[in-house]
Amino acid sequence: MSSTATTFDSAAPRKTGPHAFIWRLRNGDQVAHIVTLVFAASILLITSLVVYELWINSHLSRAKFGWTFFWTRTWDPIFDNFGALPYIYGTLVTSAVALVIAVPLGLAAATFLAELAPRTLSDGIAFLIDLLAAVPSVIYGLLGIFVVVPLMRTVIGPALKTAFGFLPIFQGPNYGVGFLTAGIILAIMVVPFIISVSREVLLTVPRDQREAALALGATRWEATWKVVIPWARAGIMGSVFLALARALGETMAVTMVIGNANNISVSLFSPGDTIASTIANQFGEAAGDLYLSALVELGLVLFLITFILNGLAQLMIIATERGRGRA
Amino acid sequence: MKKMTVLVCLLLAFGITLGADSTVLLNAAGATFPAAIYTKWFDLYHAKHSDVQINYQPVGSGAGIRQLQAGTVDFGASDQPMTDDQLAQSKMKVLHFPTVLGAVVPIYNISGVSAELSFTQKALAGIYLGSITKWNDPEITRANSGINLPAQDIVVVHRSDGSGTSFIWTDFLSKVSPDWKNKVGSGTSPNWPVGLGGPRNDGVSGLVKQTPNSIGYVELVYAVQNNIAYGKVQNAAGKFIKADLTSVTAAAASMKGMPDDFRVSITNAPGPGAYPISSFTWLLIPAQIQDTAKRNAIKGFLAWMLADGQDYNEGLTYAKLPKNVIAKESKAISQIQ
Repeated sequence: MSSTATTFDSAAPRKTGPHAFIWRLRNGDQVAHIVTLVFAASILLITSLVVYELWINSHLSRAKFGWTFFWTRTWDPIFDNFGALPYIYGTLVTSAVALVIAVPLGLAAATFLAELAPRTLSDGIAFLIDLLAAVPSVIYGLLGIFVVVPLMRTVIGPALKTAFGFLPIFQGPNYGVGFLTAGIILAIMVVPFIISVSREVLLTVPRDQREAALALGATRWEATWKVVIPWARAGIMGSVFLALARALGETMAVTMVIGNANNISVSLFSPGDTIASTIANQFGEAAGDLYLSALVELGLVLFLITFILNGLAQLMIIATERGRGRA
Repeated sequence: MKKMTVLVCLLLAFGITLGADSTVLLNAAGATFPAAIYTKWFDLYHAKHSDVQINYQPVGSGAGIRQLQAGTVDFGASDQPMTDDQLAQSKMKVLHFPTVLGAVVPIYNISGVSAELSFTQKALAGIYLGSITKWNDPEITRANSGINLPAQDIVVVHRSDGSGTSFIWTDFLSKVSPDWKNKVGSGTSPNWPVGLGGPRNDGVSGLVKQTPNSIGYVELVYAVQNNIAYGKVQNAAGKFIKADLTSVTAAAASMKGMPDDFRVSITNAPGPGAYPISSFTWLLIPAQIQDTAKRNAIKGFLAWMLADGQDYNEGLTYAKLPKNVIAKESKAISQIQ
């Protein structure tokens, strides 16, 4: 064979030279490489496209309001004055309330299922919890309207007022709908995520870690709290941020129970509104370019919030891992 | 053999497309309020004229106007007439054709009160502005002598979604209260000074039903179909009128001088028997339609709607157009070219 031969010869594979690429293609490796690269790139492409569209379509509103959009409290489609502050506040407050309720509940449930329950019971309950995660959000909204709202107005609200009425977050009139109710519904919706992911992560903690702790004289609880959970910390934090991402974007269930009022108030009983809920309510009937552009800008703001919070989450996870590596 | 197959396929394709041309398919989208009567009309019209098929999507007035501008639908429907600005920016000339009449009624839930309440114009404006805060306020009690109203805070409920119903309600309040007009104005998504929001008619009525001492507003059609008690409202002539099909048609009939483009608000109408919170709802038809078949189909439908179609309104709790409006509209159909 001369060195300038241009025909394929499968008996003598070439790693270099003019036809090496085509040979690798024929071999399947390069095909797999290209296909997976294209799919990965397409995700980035779609995300960039979404951001691009949000940016372009909010052009009018960004030009008119600039940075003041972030701290203006008015949202007036009739006099064309738009500001996102009440909705940013509502989104953050409801998500915070949801996490405050869901994280301890979810973590405790996951610990029970991973550490203390017998395996068959654990698997059975985990299956049911996964089903809970699949329930459509409108159903949670109906649950909210027919069960939680009356309960909040007649039982939970008055109970919180008598017990913690001195705190400003539990003062003010209680209508049943409001930040607290929305937070509770969101908590019910995100708890399955926290439980199922945390449980999976806790189950992967190596047995020898537990056994070493017990061998050193730790009680069952100490072994779980001081050894097992810290080992699974990154995964648990990941599940919390997954839950947060769902809570930030949740639309239907929130809009049915939050009271839809343009309000910034310390009281958790007060009605308010979130970004997703506002967009869902107003986009269909919106006429007028500035109005539509302002709604798209709200979407951009929500994207920004999610991006920032997820970025912080990643940084926190990295910092935690690095911390553990050093120890 | 191959050429034969290709030829046969081409002929079949031509045949199918030629055959399809005999059915005129029209797409329309817009207001949700009249969706029930529109769907019925389009079905009935198709039964009479099987070559015309009209498909309607109740996506909301704003979306209907947008789709008309984008050319994705042949005509639109809206509870609110297009504003001067919208018409100026419109890519095409749009004609408004009123179809049915609707009304908005106040509903309430007051502990211990089961009687029918009467609301003065100032009372409704004050409640929704937040200046009247208690049920036993003199402005409310003076129209309801004999009813024991409690000294409780009023919980105000409004629509959370953009809606023609909100437009009609705020249009009425803007006419009866200069304060409201300056602070809030009229539109489908106003900046409500006070109150909770519920999505759609069922959201508002659900909130009012659940929350003691609350007041809200829903469409007349919805209140009647769901047996919800509603109150009387004082009209411009000073009388307290309960909304029903007669009083709503009376509101439209009592308007002096219907403008040629039919873009008029009939809230706070002058007639003695007029219900003050009534409104037309309009079909938005482009003035120029290139396709002859489509143009004739739309004109035919409009003529039918004004004559036979109106007979079906009351069965679905929509009020009929008054005779003077029908006459004027029938003449206006010729403007579509």
